[in-house]
Amino acid sequence: MTTASHKVFDFHGGLHLDEHKSISTSKRIEQAPIPAMLVLPLSQHIGAAAKPCVAIGDSVLKGQLIAKADGRVSVPVHASSSGEVVAIEKRNVPHPSQLKSECIVIKTDGRDTPIDTEYTGLANYHSLSTDELRQRIHDAGIVGLGGAGFPSHLKLKPNGHHVDTLILNAAECEPYISCDDMLMREQAPAIISGLRIMQHALHAKNCMIGIEDNKVEAFAALQTAIGDSDDIEIVRVPTRYPAGGERQLIYSLTGKQAPSQGRPLEIGIVCHNVGTAAAVHNAVIKGEPLLSRVVTLTGSGIPQPRNMYVLLGTPIDDLLEHCRANRDDIGRTMIGGPMMGFVLDSTTAPVTKTTNCVLVTHQRDVQKPETALPCIRCGDCADVCPVNLLPQQLYWYAHSQEFDHIQDYNLFDCIECGCCDVVCPSRIPLVQYFRFAKTTIWQHERDTEKSNKARLRHELRLERLEREKIEKRERHNRKKAALKKEPEQKEDPKKAAILAAMKRVKEKQSVTNISPSNTENLNADQQRKIDEANARRTGQNKDKNGS
Amino acid sequence: MFIAVITLLTIAVIFGLVLGFAAIRFKVDSDPVVDKIDALLPQTQCGQCTFPGCRPYAEAIANGEAEINQCPPGGDNTIVALADLLGRDILPLNPENGEVKEAKTVVIIDEEICIGCTLCIQACPVDAILGAAKQMHTIIVDNCTGCDLCIPPCPVDCIYIVPEKTSASHWQWPNPEESGSPVS
Repeated sequence: MTTASHKVFDFHGGLHLDEHKSISTSKRIEQAPIPAMLVLPLSQHIGAAAKPCVAIGDSVLKGQLIAKADGRVSVPVHASSSGEVVAIEKRNVPHPSQLKSECIVIKTDGRDTPIDTEYTGLANYHSLSTDELRQRIHDAGIVGLGGAGFPSHLKLKPNGHHVDTLILNAAECEPYISCDDMLMREQAPAIISGLRIMQHALHAKNCMIGIEDNKVEAFAALQTAIGDSDDIEIVRVPTRYPAGGERQLIYSLTGKQAPSQGRPLEIGIVCHNVGTAAAVHNAVIKGEPLLSRVVTLTGSGIPQPRNMYVLLGTPIDDLLEHCRANRDDIGRTMIGGPMMGFVLDSTTAPVTKTTNCVLVTHQRDVQKPETALPCIRCGDCADVCPVNLLPQQLYWYAHSQEFDHIQDYNLFDCIECGCCDVVCPSRIPLVQYFRFAKTTIWQHERDTEKSNKARLRHELRLERLEREKIEKRERHNRKKAALKKEPEQKEDPKKAAILAAMKRVKEKQSVTNISPSNTENLNADQQRKIDEANARRTGQNKDKNGS
Repeated sequence: MFIAVITLLTIAVIFGLVLGFAAIRFKVDSDPVVDKIDALLPQTQCGQCTFPGCRPYAEAIANGEAEINQCPPGGDNTIVALADLLGRDILPLNPENGEVKEAKTVVIIDEEICIGCTLCIQACPVDAILGAAKQMHTIIVDNCTGCDLCIPPCPVDCIYIVPEKTSASHWQWPNPEESGSPVS
């Protein structure tokens, strides 16, 4: 294990922020109680929402599959405790839109009876093929636990790229949040085990852990867990927000920049969060699906900030109650940290796979948003931008809603870290503008797609109507033609009868020329009589033809 | 004199051939301006512009038979885009053609009341209604453009206008200038 020798590259911009982390790291991670109701959203990840495979009234056991993945970019959802499904309906979920979303609601029975899982624990994961490993990770419902929630099995597939370096993101740079820090202190062996499984799945040559230099205890715990083996390198990066941004960390550790709007995989790098590594360990080694996660409950509105293992689907209300937060004092509840988090209107929303922190602010500490002043183009925002963008230019075009121009300034590379917001002397909510611009552009794209579809459908309809018209006319013409022909067809049998009769007559006529068989060896008298008869017949025929 | 006539005739024949070849080789099936205008129109095919669909309206604009302010579903954005494309002045939306809807809408059929008359199916410009004679009809919401053309023919008034559903994944962040954070 080499730690001191590694060169750390310095990413552009960033900020030194007050950490506020120590207030929640004094206690060990505590187990949150099983709530009376579990509210499990079907969409806790990026991609298609899972499809429920249980019905209202079904009894479910802990770890039972309750919603199947729908498509490639999707993961299943499991019951985090045993009980009865009481509703499948729209409920409040943690989302900046505050919109309700489809959830499976389970009334827990408190017994927490586990199901006999399909997968048993497995000490030697090397016996599995990488596809089987990914399938297990998918079936366990694991998504990136750092906050974005991208299905992890997809990030463990090299897709034809050669993976040079697997990076474990242990930076956790945002103020107040300490769930990864505490997890590393207490579960370092599981994290390292999960990391090795991921390395195996990706066939990654190198393995690095990037950790901010303020996490001394976590660093020591990881070092102990790695022991003497030299396959994993721990690199301490300076504490500077946003050191834990995926692209920033990749640059800090390797000096390489992931392509704009591309994936780090394209430059042979894959980055995962420490929480994800622990979840992978649980899924593969213990055979457990993702049922709980560590959540930081912190802020001035929580009497004793702490970290807790929380069952997914636990309503945030239950956690606040457990922490004895005084409801009347709560000024604002946020999901995530103060920089990248969002305000939650209703605390009935549950903890999901991506809920890393519940930040509760006492009402005396809630600052009213200051009135924004005009941009003075000081350029402070560009100095702190970790992506090297020009936020003042982006703001200019977002403000005037010139969405074509804003993309020329690489709007979609913005990671919404909020550094520009903090330094802006005019207090312009820059990130709000960028989010507004991004989602509006996406909406325009969807509208264009929809109108293209409508155009096509309209054209196809016109074509169909034209075709139907022609077909109708043809049908009509055919019927007309058929009507004309019909009288001729009626005469046909008569004609045929006449023809047949004439044919018979002709045959009869030809028969007369055939000599009868008993005309041999005739005497003179007989021959005379025959000749007379023939002469008569000829005469008759002549008369007939002549008449 | 004779040589001059022959020379001019030869030149005329050569140019005629070149032009004739170019006309066949570089034939443009439809007016490209019409395509460009059509691409900017919202394709609701609602007929509020008084033309039977977006493409006929695009053709009318290209031929100078219609103004650029006759498309209520497109609203101001479409007018500005058309003015940019055609180098015309921006006009306010013609109120005779209708008003801009506050939010996007689609229609739904009350399937209890529907008698299966197929009149709405015949009216739908994008074939977004599924059904057959004396069978219940239903709207394929994903394909509904919100043109409301199916509503007048319905003999039992079982088609309702509803706002288009927003899901969390299609949700838009509000404009900071409209959400109480004034910037002067």
